[in-house]
Amino acid sequence: MILTITTVYAATVDLNAYFHSLNIIVALVIATCKAILVILFFMHAYYGSKRTKLIVFAGFFWLAIMLSLTLSDYASRHLDVR
Amino acid sequence: MHRTGELSGQFQTLEQQKESATLGMWIFLSTEILFFGGLFLTYTINRHTYADVFSFSSRTIKLSWGAINTVVLIGSSLTMAMSVWAAEVGKKKLVTFFLIATLLLGTVFLGVKGVEYHDKFVEHHVPGLNFDMYYCTNNPGACSLSPEDLAKEKVELDELTKKMGGETAVNANSQLFFSLYFGMTGLHALHMIIGAGLLLWLIKQSIAGRFTPQYNTPVENVGLYWHFVDIVWIYLFPLLYLIDRH
Repeated sequence: MILTITTVYAATVDLNAYFHSLNIIVALVIATCKAILVILFFMHAYYGSKRTKLIVFAGFFWLAIMLSLTLSDYASRHLDVR
Repeated sequence: MHRTGELSGQFQTLEQQKESATLGMWIFLSTEILFFGGLFLTYTINRHTYADVFSFSSRTIKLSWGAINTVVLIGSSLTMAMSVWAAEVGKKKLVTFFLIATLLLGTVFLGVKGVEYHDKFVEHHVPGLNFDMYYCTNNPGACSLSPEDLAKEKVELDELTKKMGGETAVNANSQLFFSLYFGMTGLHALHMIIGAGLLLWLIKQSIAGRFTPQYNTPVENVGLYWHFVDIVWIYLFPLLYLIDRH
């Protein structure tokens, strides 16, 4: 288990070591970060009860609601269209 | 209460008691997710609106410090996870060792942040204080940039000024980036300091041999907090440091 964490972290460190031109690389890094997030979930929420998992999911889901509502507000303002 | 790992009156089983502590921490972390989430949202909207300025401003931040900090922080999450593991298998000395390691790495992180902030003060990138995006290119030698970097920056800055329609516009909008930079990393650093305080409290207890396989809830919960702060940084780093790095 601890080895898994180590290898995942090592992979992340390697990815951090080179930077090129594409924004896709940035997205990849963020995707890796999400993978780490899942791994941390492995550490905690995986071994937790269903109730705990629900709270964790609910927190992020609420954030998703907030983000999508606010962003769609901004997206529909059409300030740059005359 | 449950300070000695015994069952408190309001719980039916030890497992339920432990779970309620973890649950409480997760609920708190949910509020923290929303707290940081709002800042990330502000960042996203402003980055979309002022993409060029944000791209330029991000590139004036030294990448190496951010990268080092990321490694340090992920390392500290690892040592934190190891201390939780050590508590679960009953290796008391290891618990203390890993907690101290986590604290040390956290302090290194904060130290590097201090260096970064100092750089910002020198380069006049502090909104509200002495903000001037043109300071480094107007006063060569004042910022610690090599001559080619300085020349490159001048070219980009001139292009940006033309695009934005004047120096005031560039200064005004890049202040947005740096306000967000200081706001988000500052809030994150504050959480790190609180985490460091929590770790000190844990270290004091673990030296006294408090944590056993039966009772290691504080270590686990502070671990949750620490991992959360790490995750926030994992998202902060690419968003603030890695915009259009060529």
